[in-house]
Amino acid sequence: MGLPVSPELINLLVQATIDTLTMVALSAAIGTLLGLPLGVFLATSRRGELLAAPALNAALGVVVNATRSTPFIILVVAIIPFTRLVAGTSIGTYAASVPLTVAATPYIARLVEAAIREVDHGLVEAARAFGASPAQIIRKVLIPEAMPGIVLGLTLAVVSLIGYSAMAGAVGGGGLGDLGIRYGYQRFRPDMMLAVVVVLIVLVQVFQTAGDHLARRLNRRHRQS
Amino acid sequence: MSTLPPSRVSADPALIRFENVSKTYPARKGAALVTALSGIDLSVPAGTILGVIGRSGAGKSTLIRLINGLERPSAGRVVIGDAEVSSLPERQLRAVRARVGMIFQHFNLLSSRNVADNVALPLELAGWKRAAIRARVAELLTLVGLEAQAGRYPAELSGGQKQRVGIARALATEPDVLLSDEATSALDPETTRSILALLKRINRDLGLTIVLITHEMSVIRAVADDVAVIDHGAIVERGTVYEVFTQPQAEVTRSLLAGEVGLDLPAGLAERISADPRPGGVPVLRLSLRGPQADTAILARLARETGIEAAILAGAVDEIGGQRFGSLAVGLSPGPDVTARAQAYLAALGIPADFLGYLPPAQEVAQDIAQNIAHGAARVA
Repeated sequence: MGLPVSPELINLLVQATIDTLTMVALSAAIGTLLGLPLGVFLATSRRGELLAAPALNAALGVVVNATRSTPFIILVVAIIPFTRLVAGTSIGTYAASVPLTVAATPYIARLVEAAIREVDHGLVEAARAFGASPAQIIRKVLIPEAMPGIVLGLTLAVVSLIGYSAMAGAVGGGGLGDLGIRYGYQRFRPDMMLAVVVVLIVLVQVFQTAGDHLARRLNRRHRQS
Repeated sequence: MSTLPPSRVSADPALIRFENVSKTYPARKGAALVTALSGIDLSVPAGTILGVIGRSGAGKSTLIRLINGLERPSAGRVVIGDAEVSSLPERQLRAVRARVGMIFQHFNLLSSRNVADNVALPLELAGWKRAAIRARVAELLTLVGLEAQAGRYPAELSGGQKQRVGIARALATEPDVLLSDEATSALDPETTRSILALLKRINRDLGLTIVLITHEMSVIRAVADDVAVIDHGAIVERGTVYEVFTQPQAEVTRSLLAGEVGLDLPAGLAERISADPRPGGVPVLRLSLRGPQADTAILARLARETGIEAAILAGAVDEIGGQRFGSLAVGLSPGPDVTARAQAYLAALGIPADFLGYLPPAQEVAQDIAQNIAHGAARVA
């Protein structure tokens, strides 16, 4: 490129990558912890299903949809009081992980719900015929059978979170997006902008490849050679 | 019916009983109320195999699911042993289900578990210890001949192997009852035979009571002791396999039996037959031979003792439910009153001979007869 690669730039880039990974890891982990059971419940509480509770299902659906349809940048600002309550502050990498988690949870829940609903209903019937309780059906049938789909969903969520985390700069969260805007755009450093984009592309590529690989290994539905 | 052996249907104490059971699905969103079953009375003696046959949509899936409580009746009672399945709360129903195995048309194996772990599932659900599970699974895989496949995944198995896994899984908790939901409908004829032979062996060796639903009479014939024919949600015929195959009463039974035991005439012959007598017409009778009659030289005796010769137009002689059975369509030689005389002679021997109609005169028909004899021979083979 002919552009100077200064140690300062490298340092900034490394720190920003660590910040981004921290935010994504935190929000993906907590988002999964909350989103997995929520997704399972959304999938199994529909009318005629295992834990049928159509009214609660509908109410949860509305909340999930509302969260998902709020633009992330607005969500970040709107929940600042909540962020302060949880993280003690509304500024910084950890604080930025709070709105990221709030956005990730319903997203992951919907992805898990979709994966669970893909499971052949005959398997649930078979498990019931063998005397399984609803909890056993969820633990021994639905989640293991949906696992390849869940892994692909989580991969998608992580990739989306990498994108969302770029907006976390709005609350001083740091990270790659923040670096790109402040140095690349506001200080006219196209080399920095380029470097940030390259790192993001590499990160997304790595996560997607790893996720695809894991999902393929877990998927026993097709003959494997 | 007097020539038939006493039916065992009501002789033994029933393990499974349906008492005036109905099942309706409430109307919802544009769909009218659906009556899946009405007024079902049925009992299955312990240790027997009951085949329930009907066209698709007749209600047989619902019927079999009432036995293990996957469906609840809208009215009436379903009882297994001393447990009234139809009124048990879900929690107690689960204990009953451990005593009722089930196999499915599409196998319903977990794709994420290998063969051994699939068979282990009901044992895990029942809270067995790990070591006990391992031993029991090994035993079951030997029973169904899949020892070598323990570590493979369902996607790597053939249909027949998958159903064997299904059977091993269904037998895991040593149930008293096995429910088979169209278990061979997705399999080729040869695999079907081997799976049915396995079911028969299990019934014999383990004394398991089996209820199987199917739309194929050949399945009923291969394994069942008793048969119930279901149509539009009601049982229209019930008896031993032999009774129902040799003397079908209901129209739907006859149509399900079509081609199964030589009860219907070949199409070319059926076209030509007519109820009106005509000059030189050949009267056609259908003889139903039961038990030892099927093996006697009945046509030779008819010719010798009445002088009436009979040409075989179509027919089959076979074994059903372990008993000999034959159905022959014969054309009689011309002569005065041949039909009545032949019928009287056969009736005296206890052989029903239904008059089917007249064929065109002999010379025209000679060719057909030759053809049909060849056809009949093919059917017997």
